[in-house]
Amino acid sequence: MNKVVKNAEEAIQGIKDDMTLMVGGFGLCGIPENCITALVKSGIKGLTCISNNAGVDNFGLGLLLQNRQIRKMISSYVGENAEFARQMLKGELEVDLIPQGSLAARCQAAGMGVPAFFTPAGYGTEVAEGKEVRWFNGKPHILEAALEADFALVKAWKGDRFGNLIYKGTARNFNPAMAMGGKITIAEVEELVEPGVLDPNFIHTPGVFVQRIFQGEVYEKRIEQRTVRSKN
Amino acid sequence: MLNRNEIAQRIAQELRDGWYVNLGIGIPTLVANYIPEGISVVFQSENGILGMGPFPYEGEEDADLINAGKQTITAMPGASIFDSATSFAMIRGKHIQLTVLGAMEVSETGDIANWKIPGKLVKGMGGAMDLVASADNIIVAMNHTDKRGNSKLLKNCTLPLTGVRCVKKIVTNMAVLDVTPNGFKLLERAPGVSVEDIQKATAGKLIIEGEIPEITIN
Repeated sequence: MNKVVKNAEEAIQGIKDDMTLMVGGFGLCGIPENCITALVKSGIKGLTCISNNAGVDNFGLGLLLQNRQIRKMISSYVGENAEFARQMLKGELEVDLIPQGSLAARCQAAGMGVPAFFTPAGYGTEVAEGKEVRWFNGKPHILEAALEADFALVKAWKGDRFGNLIYKGTARNFNPAMAMGGKITIAEVEELVEPGVLDPNFIHTPGVFVQRIFQGEVYEKRIEQRTVRSKN
Repeated sequence: MLNRNEIAQRIAQELRDGWYVNLGIGIPTLVANYIPEGISVVFQSENGILGMGPFPYEGEEDADLINAGKQTITAMPGASIFDSATSFAMIRGKHIQLTVLGAMEVSETGDIANWKIPGKLVKGMGGAMDLVASADNIIVAMNHTDKRGNSKLLKNCTLPLTGVRCVKKIVTNMAVLDVTPNGFKLLERAPGVSVEDIQKATAGKLIIEGEIPEITIN
């Protein structure tokens, strides 16, 4: 078994105009930087991106927005991006805002064979409009459907040739749920190792969920809000 | 009147030993600075950490360790890290004992609006809808009135809702109030603020019973 591809360009083969992608990360933390760069170069357009956020103006998914490659965003919070705001206000970009927990669960559900589930999140709000309501244990819940994606692009710290992944810190965030959810999951890692190197007890995403893997060329790992305290 | 730090300090008095706590952005974040002595609580950040610690020392920032506000943080000894689906499983499953968050409006039945102003740029609800839909214990930290002096404690919210019948307690710059089936019950008033001042600044139903003590902060 060998899921290794040479680089990001090879990894994104098969992604075409108007497809739906899950893109891992929270803010700029744990985003698949190399795949995003390759998508920018490819010029593929009309994309629907399922991602918690939409990057910033010149980094992350913001790069694809600048290039007008995204038609629709499905996210929970999109505040940090002026180009995003401009396209949304002009009606050039479709935006579907959904609660963060429902977003994670809907990505995971797709990979779990659960077509839909009931959740209390969003009941009584505009998120619930048009959705079935059912009461369990005396409390109202709304029906949320699994989110389907042609490809999922995730980023991990270490991975092996079989696609087993380990994440570092809070860069884990949406990556495991999206790795499960994508029809084809592309994992980019900081360090690609041989099978047997990673301790099977500490694998976060089992390789079965990953179809392609490669070691990213560079990781800028930009920090969105650098907050520190002084030593004095 | 209480300032932002004093609101946080008053909310910190509600913490109990052993609790897991989620703090929202703004005043709620400041609550972590005032944990009462002898009490140990664990802070959750919904992007995937239990045991969030203070900001790192300069030069020790780690791009792979941030909170839900995308700020660099540290992990406390005994912290754990997990994915977003697990994070919201612990929120939805009521494993977090207290949620503190800000609000634009709260209704006398405990509805909360804090994510969207029609006609203004909508950034999204983030994790707020999941948090308020499931938490049993929700405290709102906010000013009693908006910048134009309009009450933020209303009969009904006018802005799009984040959640319904969920807020349990409100700590404002003027007062501490419980949300009861009969309306806002005034518990404490800020130093220098009279019951009449609070009545004037509260558009929803205000229940005043007996003497209302002043908020005490050490």
